[in-house]
Amino acid sequence: MAYKIVASQCTSCSACEAECPNVAISEKNGTFVINPKKCTECIGYFDVAQCVAVCPVENTCVIDTSYPRYQAPA
Amino acid sequence: MNDLASLDAFQADKAEPIDNIMQQIAEHKGCGTSGGSGKASCGSSAGAGDMPPEIWEKVKNHPCYSEEAHHHYARMHVAVAPACNIQCNYCNRKYDCANESRPGVVSEKLTPEQAAKKVLAVASAIPQMTVLGIAGPGDPLANPGKTFKTFELIAEAAPDIKLCLSTNGLALPDHVETIKKFNVDHVTITINMTDPDVGAEIYPWVFWKHRRVTGKEAAKILTDRQLQGLEMLTANGILCKVNSVMIPGINDSHLVTVNREVKSRGAFLHNIMPLISAPEHGTVFGLNGQRGPSAQELKALQDSCEGEMNMMRHCRQCRADAVGLLGEDRSAEFTTDKIMEMDVSYDLASRQAYQEKVEEQRVAKVEARNEKLKELAGEESDIKILVAVATKGGGLINEHFGHAKEFQVYELSAGGAKFVGHRRVDLYCQGGYGEEDSLETIVRAINDCAAVFVAKIGHCPKEDLIKAGIEPVDQYAHEFIEQSAIAYFKDYLARVKTGEIEHVVRGDADIRQGAYAPV
Repeated sequence: MAYKIVASQCTSCSACEAECPNVAISEKNGTFVINPKKCTECIGYFDVAQCVAVCPVENTCVIDTSYPRYQAPA
Repeated sequence: MNDLASLDAFQADKAEPIDNIMQQIAEHKGCGTSGGSGKASCGSSAGAGDMPPEIWEKVKNHPCYSEEAHHHYARMHVAVAPACNIQCNYCNRKYDCANESRPGVVSEKLTPEQAAKKVLAVASAIPQMTVLGIAGPGDPLANPGKTFKTFELIAEAAPDIKLCLSTNGLALPDHVETIKKFNVDHVTITINMTDPDVGAEIYPWVFWKHRRVTGKEAAKILTDRQLQGLEMLTANGILCKVNSVMIPGINDSHLVTVNREVKSRGAFLHNIMPLISAPEHGTVFGLNGQRGPSAQELKALQDSCEGEMNMMRHCRQCRADAVGLLGEDRSAEFTTDKIMEMDVSYDLASRQAYQEKVEEQRVAKVEARNEKLKELAGEESDIKILVAVATKGGGLINEHFGHAKEFQVYELSAGGAKFVGHRRVDLYCQGGYGEEDSLETIVRAINDCAAVFVAKIGHCPKEDLIKAGIEPVDQYAHEFIEQSAIAYFKDYLARVKTGEIEHVVRGDADIRQGAYAPV
């Protein structure tokens, strides 16, 4: 799995972009998007997903269930 | 106007909280402490004679640090800092309306390069624009790369412009060295509490060391960082203003303690602002019905903190992309699209020439006031009254009653005329309000004033004001405010003495929430 940003909720504040340890977040068409191929849900870096922790709008950075759960390399 | 009758009920509603604050004032007995750098003899409203020359040099053309300067000089904010590292219950980042004016609100964000071009464009069009601030819409120090890049570009292109920033303080201690390096000599920290129990009711969380921290723990981290940052700045000779939002029932009495704490750490100026909490803004406080203070509650708290500390009362709680004199917003003239098309040449010489003219007018204003003040000497009276003034700037009574978007409020006493606040009366963006109600809105906003000074006023509003007990005064049209106010007060005392009029203590007034319409 990876995180995704609910575009209709995003204030485009960019706070998540700087916090992402995987540089997976970028601005597209006025809101921010997470590249699911790069997102590790912050596993291996932090206890909590940084985008979720810093986002000013609740339930805006959410798990995208269409992707398999990230597995840290053994 | 029948609606005016409802003012009695309105005043009765507000009576009790004032009593509470008066009680706190009595208990507090001034904010002076033995700590800190001694008496800062430089009231925000004071002029050159009242403060050390090096401080005067820093504030004399900074509208946000000098009440006196705000009549003459303009500022602008560039919205290069969208990210924030804390959440406040009075802020909702989702809400934006071009007609809305309050901190944290912005119509478009800029890159540092766009911001630098905007600054040059505005500086060329508004030669009295002397100050560039970064105030968000998030926290400048949560976006350090963008913030300091902007400062760097502006310092290169327009070295005469003063740089300042406004922060919640969480990241401040990490950036003091950089702030110093870029010659940012004015920093504002928003400090709403020094007690984590109080803070827990204002801040749901802070983002700290890669975690979202909540409750008292969050507030403790925030207050520690704010006070540490303040101490570091003042130790480095950087002028600090502290902003506090007055939230009745949550931190109103506590702000007296905050005032003492920040003064002892060398803050130059304390700005206590009323909470903005209209439900349509969708903030936590807006939605849970938390009210803001009345005009007299705010003034009472500001008065109680005045002691030895400078209080700012001319803050307009502007947008993070505001442009112009305080009280006006010309941001709509300088949108990114318009700026990118502009051919800007930065003419330092013509800016300086214009500012010299402003200085001349300013000196004339102060002389006129001092001259008039001599006539009050020897008057012994405990009478104090408030008067409202319609002004477009320059320290003059130069606005038509019907065109005024705000009134400046002066307190008149045997000691002279003192600026004590301003009241917004613009009706824009207030759904459901028509012309019919506009006079009632104005009366509510200046209901604590004995008179209103205008350049001109129509017959109808004149009569309605008299009915509401507010004397409309147009005889000082286009003259200096303070000089005229002192002359009026002298006459007022004389009329009270002869029994021509009776001095009555006026009631409370409303602080308007919501929007300034962009010009």
